[in-house]
Amino acid sequence: MEANTRSTGRLPAAFLTPGSSSFMDFLSEHQPEMLPGKRQLPPIQGVIEAPHGTTIVAVTFPGGVVLAGDRRATMGNMIAQRDIEKVFPADEYSAVGIAGTAGLAVEMVKLFQLELEHFEKVEGTTLSLEGKANRLSTMIRSNLGMAMQGLAVVPLFAGFDVDRDKGRIFSYDVTGGRSEEQGYASTGSGSIFARGAMKKLYREDLTEEQATTLVIQALYDAADDDSATGGPDVARRIYPIVTVITEDGFRRLTDGESSDIARAILERRLEQPDGPRAALL
Amino acid sequence: MSTPFYVSPQQAMADRAEYARKGIARGRSLVVLQYADGIVFVGENPSRALHKFSEIYDRIGFAAAGKYNEYENLRIGGVRYADLRGYTYDRDDVTARGLANVYAQTLGTIFSSAAEKPYEVELVVAEVGETPEGDQIYRLPHDGSIVDEHGSVAVGGNAEQISSYLDQRHQDGMSLAEALKLAVQSLSREPNGGEREIPAERLEVAVLDRTRPQQRKFRRIVGRQLGRLLEEGGAETATEAEDAEDEE
Repeated sequence: MEANTRSTGRLPAAFLTPGSSSFMDFLSEHQPEMLPGKRQLPPIQGVIEAPHGTTIVAVTFPGGVVLAGDRRATMGNMIAQRDIEKVFPADEYSAVGIAGTAGLAVEMVKLFQLELEHFEKVEGTTLSLEGKANRLSTMIRSNLGMAMQGLAVVPLFAGFDVDRDKGRIFSYDVTGGRSEEQGYASTGSGSIFARGAMKKLYREDLTEEQATTLVIQALYDAADDDSATGGPDVARRIYPIVTVITEDGFRRLTDGESSDIARAILERRLEQPDGPRAALL
Repeated sequence: MSTPFYVSPQQAMADRAEYARKGIARGRSLVVLQYADGIVFVGENPSRALHKFSEIYDRIGFAAAGKYNEYENLRIGGVRYADLRGYTYDRDDVTARGLANVYAQTLGTIFSSAAEKPYEVELVVAEVGETPEGDQIYRLPHDGSIVDEHGSVAVGGNAEQISSYLDQRHQDGMSLAEALKLAVQSLSREPNGGEREIPAERLEVAVLDRTRPQQRKFRRIVGRQLGRLLEEGGAETATEAEDAEDEE
């Protein structure tokens, strides 16, 4: 069976059998060993050391949603990578940011992107935003075995809902439990600090520029208090990845754009290390 | 018990080929043309939902004439093949040549297997390159043969006549509006030499546009944009700048 997908023989029967529009379903019938969740795990003692990604934040604003992530991956108390990418487009109108075990997370994103694209090509139409969020839920659930070994993947999913005409955010737990977040959300080790910052800075009438500034402020605060989260690295020119999803689709801020915002924030923090203040009452 | 008649292999194959060709000829023809910025697919299709053209992978498009359920099956098989291959290796390892080979093997096996009826389909697999020289167009007739085409190709019932019309008039480096106009002209010709009008709402048009910034180059052209392009081709005042603004 397997040889047929790699050589140029006739398409195996499974390829021509009418069935599900899901790539994951097709794979689980045709080549189950290719699915991350179907892998046999050897007995593992203790915790596996692997690079982990940390803080992801998301904020909605009228007309869209912003999803951003820092660039640090850590392994224990060591920085494993300084310029890792943890925020990816899922399709034209959604993006996913991943905290947790980097290797598994990147693989999960790749499969998730493919799942959405495959459905779109087979059906000739895209999944609803709820449908996409549910699909991601299923994938996290299939990773539960790994999560129990300390290799958890906890994504944040954000997208523009073209039916409801607004940006929406979905957060997950390791068991695949999904919940929709209002306004702002964060995941990863620095998420508590980021959430505190967003809670104080968030307003319902943010502009796109304000929303992109807000997420970088929040990531700065996360990096300030969480050693596993990286702040803007001016010396190496490594800045957070910020993506904006609106009616016009997915857009990732250029390095120039995010460095401008990050530098402006750094400038202000030199005078006010704790960042902007909210009114007391 | 009666003895079965002896049918020579030549005769059996000829019968099967005739059966398939007749099936394909019942459907409307479609054309695939190279233009300056990519490859355009044009066909007459009254349905808005049941497509003759579709995306297989980033740079690869699919067009089919003949029996809908059979080519739809092959299309989905192709999408599964491409997605699995891209997932196993890399997106760049999915090529039109590989896909065309798989289709050729599949059609060929079905055509020569006595247990199955031959598929009444004719396919085109096209891949847009970085430059016009890198474009690839493969035509796959019902019997599993494979033809490497350049410039323009027509499949379906009236394909031969349309092909010769296109061969005489197609030029390299045409604008999209010019290529579209030529395609519509070729499709409007009746086998008896007459011409008929194909209204814009009966046209299905899609492109593989190499200038598209996204990784996925396939795009359908519908509605107002199609109307504008058809007008533009008619007035022969195509400007590339306007094309770029029309991106949806």
